[in-house]
Amino acid sequence: MDNNTSHTAAASNGTTHSGLREYTVTVYTEDRIGITNRITIIFTRRHINITSLTTAQTEIPGVYKFIITVLAEREKLDKVIGQIEKLIEIHRAFVHDESEVVYQELALYKISTASLHNGNIEQLIRDNNARILTITSEYFVIEKTGHQQELIDMLQKLVPYGVIEYSKSGRVAIVKWSRRFHDHLKDLQRKEADNLKLVH
Amino acid sequence: MQQKDVLPMKTEVSEKRVVTTPATVQTMTGSEAVIRSLIAEGVDTIFGYPGGAIMPIYDALYDFQQEVHHILVRHEQGATHAAQGYARSSGEVGVVFATSGPGATNLVTGLADAYMDSTPMVCITGQVNAVLLGTDAFQETDVIGITMPITKWNIQVTRSEDIPGAIAKAFYIARNGRPGPVLVDITKNAQVGKLDFNYKKCEYIRSYHPVPELSEEAIKDAAALINQAQRPYILCGHGVLISGAEKELIALAEKANIPIASTLLGLSAVPVDHPLYVGYLGMHGNYGPNINTNECDVLIAVGMRFDDRITGEVSSYASQAKVIHIEIDAAEINKIIKADVPVHADAKTALQALLPHIAPTQHKEWLQTFKEADKQEYDKVKHRELYPEEGMLKMAEVVRIISEKTGGHAILVTDVGQHQMIASRYYQFKDPNTNITSGGMGTMGFALPAAMGAKMGAPEKEVVAVIGDGCFQMTLQELGTIYQSEIGVKIVILNNNFLGMVRQWQQLFFDKRYSSTEMINPDFVQIAKGFYVPGRKVTDRAEIAAAVEEMLTHKGAYLLEVVVEQEDNVFPMVPAGAPISHIRLE
Ligand SMILES: Cc1ncc(C[n+]2csc(CCOP(=O)(O)OP(=O)(O)O)c2C)c(N)n1
Repeated sequence: MDNNTSHTAAASNGTTHSGLREYTVTVYTEDRIGITNRITIIFTRRHINITSLTTAQTEIPGVYKFIITVLAEREKLDKVIGQIEKLIEIHRAFVHDESEVVYQELALYKISTASLHNGNIEQLIRDNNARILTITSEYFVIEKTGHQQELIDMLQKLVPYGVIEYSKSGRVAIVKWSRRFHDHLKDLQRKEADNLKLVH
Repeated sequence: MQQKDVLPMKTEVSEKRVVTTPATVQTMTGSEAVIRSLIAEGVDTIFGYPGGAIMPIYDALYDFQQEVHHILVRHEQGATHAAQGYARSSGEVGVVFATSGPGATNLVTGLADAYMDSTPMVCITGQVNAVLLGTDAFQETDVIGITMPITKWNIQVTRSEDIPGAIAKAFYIARNGRPGPVLVDITKNAQVGKLDFNYKKCEYIRSYHPVPELSEEAIKDAAALINQAQRPYILCGHGVLISGAEKELIALAEKANIPIASTLLGLSAVPVDHPLYVGYLGMHGNYGPNINTNECDVLIAVGMRFDDRITGEVSSYASQAKVIHIEIDAAEINKIIKADVPVHADAKTALQALLPHIAPTQHKEWLQTFKEADKQEYDKVKHRELYPEEGMLKMAEVVRIISEKTGGHAILVTDVGQHQMIASRYYQFKDPNTNITSGGMGTMGFALPAAMGAKMGAPEKEVVAVIGDGCFQMTLQELGTIYQSEIGVKIVILNNNFLGMVRQWQQLFFDKRYSSTEMINPDFVQIAKGFYVPGRKVTDRAEIAAAVEEMLTHKGAYLLEVVVEQEDNVFPMVPAGAPISHIRLE
């Protein structure tokens, strides 16, 4: 993952100077060692750069959702989706453009406690809908959620106060039309339960 | 399953063998569970090579010599190709055993080959003890990581109790949908640990749906296109053979008088002498079938994937035609060529559904164009290839004679290069699944071990391997296996003292700069003799027919070396990356 590009690559219309666009890919998987490897290998093979990757269990036990942001051409990406869906432990994979997802990222900023007295950092935190998570005698940690650009803007604003450390998560996204797929998964679950009843 | 009684066991059978798979739960070691699981899947032949990390499994195998026939190959790559040949001739899953580290890495070429050519195979590898995983222990290799992109599925088993489930899943995945190779890596502790064995075949995986639901609408759309077509054209791929759709394909072609051309791996699905069969596609395919791809109005691609050796330059490939693509692997649809009517289905199911909707039609003029192209090809190429009267022997005439003497009924196993293209062009295939070659990977060294496996998978069939002098030297040690296991394959080496196909390219595209393609060869007949395989060398046209006859009548394995013209070229030819309409006859 080459993160150098991710801060600047996606211009406001979502297209980069190289004609690539930012897309959110969601992949529903079984819980299985090595699945991340299996998925990312497919991007690597087609020379598509992953700019962020988030994964966690969904509301359905044993089913995981990967949220991957990439800079790519749509056509190429659609073929990647086909290869991903071919993997045995993958339920489904989707590509979404900006308009199809509601998404957020989360950033943590570690700032020196001494700088609390430097100008009005409290005001800055309030104005930017951020919050303080913890304060020690040496440093305090600010949390902010938002789109990538907002998080980077906040970072710029904090620089004068002395940022000791900065961490940002990958994207967490909800797909606007994803219901159908979740219904499908629930169906599967019901069927499986019925199957089990038949067996026992 | 065919009878394997032609292959006597040389090893003594041990006393304490247990015959049947227990119906009830029984406590046993992981290793015994491996063997019993395989037996439960109907496995009776395994190709393999032992070593430290798989010794417990080999030890368990010792008790099952009546049920399972283990073929000790001479190199693990040979085991994979043998398993491929076995799978392709028998329709069963090919099974391979190998030890960890170097044993497992030697499987890589065969796995990649089987993956490309959709061949069902289950490889079981031994692995170091689970506690040593990730420590660079002796002979520890990350086989799971290495084989991830070249297997349909793989799994590492670290606990005895997971063995039956993993093997059941492996067979289900290898066999169903688009078949492919699967690898199960089993740590040593799992092999020696105990479990309660109770085998259940896998019939369902919640995230995997190998049988697509057939869209009636797609079938109707496809039928409408075919019924309106003036110049419809069927391309038959390997998927036709895999799904056993040969009869349905021919029925479709006959009902609407549609010409059928075949890809390299689709060869043998349609008998070569069928009146609607027009020949073979691709870089060294026939003239008419290639040219007419850019003339047809409806292209019906069945179980094929538009490999670049078929399409040449993609942008001009069949751009005038409406494309119907019948394909079981969704990822292949629209990958290379956009389908106007995608039919995501098993070929047999799709063709069965399609047939009743097809209106009987004639396409006389269209069919005539193939005949004319074939005449051109015959006059310019085929005649002088098949019936030369002077000069050195030619590969094509040797293949013609083999074809005549076997009646086109033998299983033809080819290696990779000029001889492969020539054999594929000129062998007169009569029966399905009689063409075994490395199509997608083009793996040199494939033929000898694959022929061995093919003979074991179909012992009643004559198996003839046609191999280049270069290819033979990649896996010739399997002559040892052929002798030890008494496998009656016929081996024909077409010796041109060159890496011929590369030399042809050097001649045509690199100014005849023959960089590292000339071969100083050993005495092949003498080598065969060293492995106790009889043989004969022929250089003279007058001797060849009798020599082929002698080879075929010989009981057991036989090697025939034929010295052929050194700087012969395979034509027609589509230069790599050129549009297929630029096919050259000379
Ligand atoms: C393992 C491997 N290495 C290299 C190649 C490249 N290659 C393709 S055909 C060929 C020449 C084959 O020579 P030979 O076996 O003598 O057959 P011929 O072409 O002369 O019939 C080579 C080197 C390959 N396909 N596979």
